[in-house]
Amino acid sequence: MAIDGIGAAVRRKEDYRFLTGQGNYTDDISRPNQVHAYFVRAQTAHAKIVRIDTANAKAAEGVVAVFTGPDMAVDAIGGLPCGWLVKNKDGSPMQEPAHPVLAIERVRHVGDPIAVIVAETLAQAKDAAELLDIELEDLPAVVGLVDALKPGAQPVHAGGNLCFDWHIGDADQVAAAFKNAYKVAKIDLVNNRLIANPMEPRAAVGEYDRATGEYTLFTTSQNPHVIRLLMGAFVLHIPESRLRVVAPDVGGGFGSKIYHYAEEAFVTWAAPKIGRPVKWTAERGEGFLSDAQGRDHVSHAELALDKDGKFLALKVNTLANMGAYLSTFAPAIPTYLYATLLAGVYTTPAIYAEVKAVFTNTVPVDAYRGAGRPEAAFLIERIVDIAAAEMGMDRIEIRKRNFIPTNAFPYQTPVALQYDSGDYFATLDGAMKAIDYAGFEARRAAAATNGKLRGIGISTYVEACGIAPSNIAGALGARAGLYECANVRVHPTGSVTLFTGCHSHGQGHETTYAQLIAERLGIGLDQIEVSHGDTNKIPFGMGTYGSRSLAVGGTAVVKALDKIVDKAKKIAAHLLEAAEADIEFKDGKFTVAGTDKSKSFGEIALTAYVPHNYPLETLEPGLDETAFYDPKNFTFPGGAHICEVEIDPQTGVVKVVDFAACDDVGRVVNPMIVEGQVHGGLAQGIGQALMEECVYDDKGQLRSGSFMDYTMPRADDLPSFKVSTAITLCTHNPLGVKGVGEVGAIGSPPAVINAVVDALKDYGVRHIDMPATPQKIWAIVNGGHRMAAE
Amino acid sequence: MYDFAYHKPATVADAAKLLAADGDAKALAGGQTLIPTLKQRLAKPSAVVDLSAIKDLAGIAVAGGTVTIGAMTRHGDVAASADIKKALPALAALADGIGDPQVRNRGTIGGSIANNDPAADYPAACLALGATIKTNTREIPADAFFLGMFETALKPGELIVSVSFPIPEKAAYVKFGQPASRYALVGVMVAKTAAGARVAVTGAASAVFRWADAEAALSKAWGTASLDGIKVAPDGLNSDIHAAADYRAHLVGVMAKRAVTAAG
Repeated sequence: MAIDGIGAAVRRKEDYRFLTGQGNYTDDISRPNQVHAYFVRAQTAHAKIVRIDTANAKAAEGVVAVFTGPDMAVDAIGGLPCGWLVKNKDGSPMQEPAHPVLAIERVRHVGDPIAVIVAETLAQAKDAAELLDIELEDLPAVVGLVDALKPGAQPVHAGGNLCFDWHIGDADQVAAAFKNAYKVAKIDLVNNRLIANPMEPRAAVGEYDRATGEYTLFTTSQNPHVIRLLMGAFVLHIPESRLRVVAPDVGGGFGSKIYHYAEEAFVTWAAPKIGRPVKWTAERGEGFLSDAQGRDHVSHAELALDKDGKFLALKVNTLANMGAYLSTFAPAIPTYLYATLLAGVYTTPAIYAEVKAVFTNTVPVDAYRGAGRPEAAFLIERIVDIAAAEMGMDRIEIRKRNFIPTNAFPYQTPVALQYDSGDYFATLDGAMKAIDYAGFEARRAAAATNGKLRGIGISTYVEACGIAPSNIAGALGARAGLYECANVRVHPTGSVTLFTGCHSHGQGHETTYAQLIAERLGIGLDQIEVSHGDTNKIPFGMGTYGSRSLAVGGTAVVKALDKIVDKAKKIAAHLLEAAEADIEFKDGKFTVAGTDKSKSFGEIALTAYVPHNYPLETLEPGLDETAFYDPKNFTFPGGAHICEVEIDPQTGVVKVVDFAACDDVGRVVNPMIVEGQVHGGLAQGIGQALMEECVYDDKGQLRSGSFMDYTMPRADDLPSFKVSTAITLCTHNPLGVKGVGEVGAIGSPPAVINAVVDALKDYGVRHIDMPATPQKIWAIVNGGHRMAAE
Repeated sequence: MYDFAYHKPATVADAAKLLAADGDAKALAGGQTLIPTLKQRLAKPSAVVDLSAIKDLAGIAVAGGTVTIGAMTRHGDVAASADIKKALPALAALADGIGDPQVRNRGTIGGSIANNDPAADYPAACLALGATIKTNTREIPADAFFLGMFETALKPGELIVSVSFPIPEKAAYVKFGQPASRYALVGVMVAKTAAGARVAVTGAASAVFRWADAEAALSKAWGTASLDGIKVAPDGLNSDIHAAADYRAHLVGVMAKRAVTAAG
């Protein structure tokens, strides 16, 4: 291993910049002569737009322009596109209603943009916004997922509230298996809606150069090329050659910055109209009302078991909230990233899932850290615990009895996926050991003497990431490929710049990718820079989400490095007057096998760019290689999370007192970054389980619309995590990597809730929906008090 | 934020004059409520009168069985005061639990009391300890000061100068934080004084209040057992997505017992 290569827990290269306040975020970018955009948003969830009088606003001091939906329609601006088409059971396409950049005729959720004021200063824009005369005619709002499908429900769109009615699996096989069941475990559950709340709010600066005709958009994006493609091709009709999208430092995304949003399309469109750069930065409250939200499922599931506790079949019925419009990848989340994971880590031979996606007068819902897989893991791991209770079986035993055997990989599930590798016994054993599972009952008894209810919960999960083989994704409805691109540019003195199509917004790519290069080329990390986020620098890229940056993006780096080394060997063979086949490359040196004749990597680089002694007739000068990599399969990280909680029965407060996560993320490049990713994921998973909840009232007003009411997890809510890995290698990428970005958020919610249910077992509790707030727990402990406020 | 005139007087008299002359002017103490309100365009004062340059308003004095705190004294200074920690540790602990370090380094006792947020901590201390609020014109007993939600006995142009807390035999404040904001969902301050027990509850209702039943029980016999079976009625208590009124009522009882335990 090279120093600082694969496996080294080196500190992140980017942290000096971030920790000293020198990051360059979108809001840090100010262009000469820029103007400021302020979005006027709907304050009611559903209404007809009767009239918008902009005259007074336009006349206000400092106002440059005022735009409404019809102003954009005149330019034949397209709506915000959806990037994934899901088909109904009968093969017909999903309902795909228009999603105008600025509302036309109707507003469909609180926060829906109605008009934009562009002014010299933001304060002037806000002043003018108060002078807008907007007349709306309120319509009934549809808020609840179940209510939206009831007959007579107010339609959010002309086509009604059903977006699609989709299914997967074999219904007949499942029905037959249920007939032979010894027992059936059942559950009704809600997967609570979440708001990602990255530290950096969204922002966008649009600019147009009259001289060159080039548009530039600086935006808070996880995937600038995707934004360029969607916005250029579908919304603004600008060729890629004249559209540059830059996503500079981005302060967290968690999925919410994947999508193409109205504001970035607007500032790009408005810049040439106004003839000046246009800047917009979301306030936190705007983020609550306009960033795509996450989760929000209502499900019923049944698990059939034989007399030995083996799972025979699983059937699942899920309603998934799309919100008021289809966000970019929304339809894929409750289908191909959720229902395909319903086998979990078990050998359940028959599975059938039906998913209805539903429109409501709420903010659009899309991928949020884990994206479908946390919903699957939560459902499976809850029903497995219920099954254990029904069977009178130990919760560890029922899991181990149904685990996919370690020698059964590759394993084909009944819901399309083929897992390439895994060892669920090893991760479960690792987590049990880390938390001292055997000693739990003594700890429970000790807690009881202090008046506390202690519980332990287990979650064993698998997820699919490394998204995705383009041909499979395409067959399933994706309207884009999902490969990745890397360009390794060796400079004349031997330093290297990597241009990657992935995007780092907290993942530490500048370090991890540099470690891959250091390992391969034998050069120091200080000789390597990683560039990302600028479509004018990077050949192409699909961005970062779905824990794909190492499995897909990293493999592209490896493929580009292969080309670099191949070419460098040819140059070395020439310089060393040896056959190419005899050149060995190790620790940064090209050596003629069996001799002490060698050239350093730096000498080869210099020769490539100063080709005085060079095989010019057979080899081009330069050392700069690009590779595109399309993955052969998803990767399947998995693991076991075990949570211990203590409940204060007097207040209902659940405290996570211990948490062990043993994950299989494939080969680990930087253990410190992996540990950090797991920590962050666990914080968000525990947040979902105990704290976070996006609450709308029956009129569609967001009641949890600020940090005063939306409970983000804080450091003192969390224990010191016991994080470990027990890895198996991915079999279909050269690094053997799987992905770590989402495992914490996927595995942990069911571990927490299983622990809470265990702690409350004497109260007859079978299930508790997330978040398990103090009020809910207290109501249970106090026996049937009303659960909800108001 | 809308435009406003800005004044930074050097004396209480000048500040009072400015505020009395302009009914739409607002006093700025620590700004922990006013500034966010201005930023969100929820208030449109004609002028902001910044009290931070008035030297007489800050400071801590412990003498004659009383802790006196100047209105512009920051929460962090109360929390860190060795004199208060010794004389009235419950008050230092309460101050140390307000908001976060940023809030404690800006927020002031006078601002908190004058604002009388239903979930503020200091009003509970004032009521439970029987504090006296001294203004530029008079002295107001705490029992007559807190009138309702964001409502106090202060008249237009009247400024708090200091707050005096008689030192009790023992006291403690325990709060149950609202999960998101961590403001007091319910906060209870108990005090044992020569004249009997006092119990003040914040967060639970539209404004801080004294819990008479608990005071009577604790005056009879100081101890958690005295509170057994004593309940606050949920009628009229706050209800929101974090806690319905019955849960809040329950928490008042739990926090009161914990405060008695903490007081010793």
